Amino acid sequence: MRPRGSSAPRDTNPDQRSSRSDALTLTAAEAAARVRAGELDAAELWHGYRERAAADALGAYTWVAGGGDAPAVDRNAPLAGVPVAVKDLFCTEGVPSQSGSKILEGYRPPYTATSVARLSDAGAPLLAKTNQDEFAMGSSTENSAFGPTLNPWDPARVPGGSSGGSAAAVAAGSAPWAIGTDTGGSIRQPAALCGIVGLKPTYGAVSRYGMIAFASSLDQAGPLTRDVTDAALLLGAMVGQDPCDSTSVGLPAPVALPTRTSLEGVRLGVPEELTGEGIAPGVLASFTEALDVARELGASVESFRLPHAAHALSAYYLIAPAEASSNLARYDGVRYGYRADGVRDLFHMYTETRDQGFGAEVKRRIMLGTYALSSGYYDAYYGRAQKVRTRIREDFDAAWERFDFVVTPTSPTVAFELGAKTADPLSMYLNDFCAVPMSLAGIPGISIPSGLSEGLPVGFQIAGPAFSENALLDAAYALERAIGFDAAPWRQAA
Amino acid sequence: MTTQPTASAGTGNWEPVIGLEIHVQLATRTKMFCGCELSFGEPPNTRTCPVCLGLPGTLPVVNARAVHFGLMMGLALECEIAPRSIFHRKNYFYPDQAKNYQISQYDIPLCGAGRLGDVRLHRIHLEEDAAKLVHIGASGRIHGADASIVDYNRGGTPLCEIVTEPDIQSAEHARDWLNLLRVTLRQLGVSDVNMEEGSLRCDANVSVRRAGAGELGTKTELKNMNSFRFLERGVNAEIERQIALLESGETVVQETLHFDPAGGRLSSLRSKEEAHDYRYFPEPDLVPLVPTEAMLAAAREALPELPAVRAARYERDWSLPEDPARLLAYEPQWGDYFEAVATATQARADGRAAANWVEQLRARIGAEAEPAASRVTPPALARLVGLVVARQVNAGAARQVLDRLVAEGGEPADIVEREGLGSLDGGDELAGVVAAAIAANADAAEKVRAGNDKAMGPIVGFVMRETRGRADGGDVGRLIREQLGL
Repeated sequence: MRPRGSSAPRDTNPDQRSSRSDALTLTAAEAAARVRAGELDAAELWHGYRERAAADALGAYTWVAGGGDAPAVDRNAPLAGVPVAVKDLFCTEGVPSQSGSKILEGYRPPYTATSVARLSDAGAPLLAKTNQDEFAMGSSTENSAFGPTLNPWDPARVPGGSSGGSAAAVAAGSAPWAIGTDTGGSIRQPAALCGIVGLKPTYGAVSRYGMIAFASSLDQAGPLTRDVTDAALLLGAMVGQDPCDSTSVGLPAPVALPTRTSLEGVRLGVPEELTGEGIAPGVLASFTEALDVARELGASVESFRLPHAAHALSAYYLIAPAEASSNLARYDGVRYGYRADGVRDLFHMYTETRDQGFGAEVKRRIMLGTYALSSGYYDAYYGRAQKVRTRIREDFDAAWERFDFVVTPTSPTVAFELGAKTADPLSMYLNDFCAVPMSLAGIPGISIPSGLSEGLPVGFQIAGPAFSENALLDAAYALERAIGFDAAPWRQAA
Repeated sequence: MTTQPTASAGTGNWEPVIGLEIHVQLATRTKMFCGCELSFGEPPNTRTCPVCLGLPGTLPVVNARAVHFGLMMGLALECEIAPRSIFHRKNYFYPDQAKNYQISQYDIPLCGAGRLGDVRLHRIHLEEDAAKLVHIGASGRIHGADASIVDYNRGGTPLCEIVTEPDIQSAEHARDWLNLLRVTLRQLGVSDVNMEEGSLRCDANVSVRRAGAGELGTKTELKNMNSFRFLERGVNAEIERQIALLESGETVVQETLHFDPAGGRLSSLRSKEEAHDYRYFPEPDLVPLVPTEAMLAAAREALPELPAVRAARYERDWSLPEDPARLLAYEPQWGDYFEAVATATQARADGRAAANWVEQLRARIGAEAEPAASRVTPPALARLVGLVVARQVNAGAARQVLDRLVAEGGEPADIVEREGLGSLDGGDELAGVVAAAIAANADAAEKVRAGNDKAMGPIVGFVMRETRGRADGGDVGRLIREQLGL
């Protein structure tokens, strides 16, 4: 583990490229501190990352900023000019925002998403747009119309998804930090598979305005970062109630940078349903080691039941597709995006446009969702799934009576090989079975690296009650320091 | 209110049962779910934004003013206000909806059961209007069109849907009740309620049953009745069509019918069997609508006196018959003017006379005019009413005074004086004119003497001409009889 905040002072290097390269191994918070102190030029940071992003060979990006002058930034702004990579599905004015889909190929919105605008106002200019599964539907970033993203730990493997581009970019060191969205694990799972930190905030903490919707009642934006401090810093700049999003409420207190080093008195609950069958042995071993570290820091660890967690994935795969079937109805070729050629009437314009514009997984979920909402089936599917969702929420409410946090492996496996699960959607869906219950409950969850299995990173998930972000970040920070995971590619990047 | 409880045809008595579904565009400044101003004939697609164009990533936000108007309507129409209502998505693919779903209310509307006059209301809910489609080509419909163009200016305009119970019993009843609803909503200030311009739209559900039968017959839905006249004609045509079907032993098919005002014909739009499955589900982008006490209080405070209440007050306080009471109460500017005149007249009992002369003014300057801005001040009209009631000016002469007032303004007494329009008192001067009239109409006088009272006409006419209407009809009749020795 490299001690934080005490990185060895470097001699001033006459070779600019080398000092630039050193700057790129800093965490975003460290880089911001140096910019603020006048020790690092934000423009230099911008050019260094921009060149790396432009040279990316992992397929992490769908767009990278042009190579002209660095954007003017205020070095005293909270984020001090440290540029940010943004998942493709965030609308960015004049910049392609395609949600990984052919149906939105080349679409440049006339406005910018609230969360991205907030980051820019806080001093983080837009560096690049990152690749993702089409409309955030997937767990491997293989469902992108613009090709897959590769895992920087092993280019034969997937980075997870759907925010795989953001995770790979941060892990590889071609972006200092990134934002993604999490509907049923889409921030936490790729963070786990790429060995970085990913935080899904409480539903409503961050505005959804300008996020190209997948499932409205679940979608939530959050940071993917090199460490927990970066996650806190970036989250703090994103959160807040937004008059353009009725479901946004912000957080009750400003996000504080974490400082806690002990877990004395912290009660951790380990749900039996999410830590048993289906978890790869190597993942479980890393998880168990992390629990030992937590105990050493003073935490109590106890198993408990989340009785309805076993049904979470089934409920999720009715609710999310149902909402998606409606959210994606607007892609019809009438106003923007792809339109099929040579159609003879309106009906065929709809069917041909959507048939040619959407990929297989998106079509599968639109059909699932349409069916779940159909007259005569609504009660049995969508209605029932909502009841399960309520039960899961109640399960967590009961858990908070006994525990401060619930901990699980983030993903049941480490990064799998490209193509390994594309033929079997169910096995792909199972990859999110530890992450989905938190999404249904609307509660925050963070994934931090707990170690390696088969030479690949394993994610450790900590989930807390709604709006407990500050406590969650503190706990994650204490654990992160004690675990001392230091194998991530961004540290070595040259 | 005229009602026609049964319509007779052929072998039996049939009873129409009618319910109305009314869409009202709300007169808010901005759209239902975005900040675009409402459009009144602006160039196409100039009142749009990312939200009402359904661009990716956009979210709706409920217009607080529309909710305020909805609550005002709910309170005015004696509805139960839902403590918590929600929005749903109604999914269907059509270019008039930018998102391919309409945000509407479904199983929990803003307002539940209510009442206006003799018709119960089922519900009132909020939703967004569709965009306007224009089909280029010979057909004028989307099928067979060369091209269709969309104007999203109207898309997202706030709409209130008002659904009645099937309490309406005839086309005339439907027309009269819809007019009561129209003037009530206009008085609330929540809508322009103009049928021709589409800010008030009415569909009718029509069925017929044997008079006295308990069960309802199969209903059809009539659309496109964009005037009160078309509503009445359309419903009557459908009642007749259904009765004819049933009389000949056939059945009514549940369907949607389009009324063609040109030919007065009804054509089938689509059969309900192939109705859309709208896949309604709760709109996840919006939070439930929970009216606070402050919102309800604000809506209550904003309620003006409603036309029906006002009409009842005119009947009670001013002894007006039903028809003039409604005429004045349903048009607030005339109601206000009437009250000013009636208050300024000497006696409360003169209310009917005041109403009569306000109606006379209305006939002269037009129902749409603003009487308070005319040259006829309420005190002046009140004094004219006083002269008539005191029989110092008779009706014919008073009409001439009113003409002068409308043209020039001024004081009724001065005009009477200047124009010599004061009543002849039935004394010697009038007796002389009557004598001359009898002399000039000897044939008529002979017939009257022989007992034919109707023959008095030419003699009376002569007197009125000679006196320029100043004579009192009763006095003239009495004098004719006297002089003819009857």
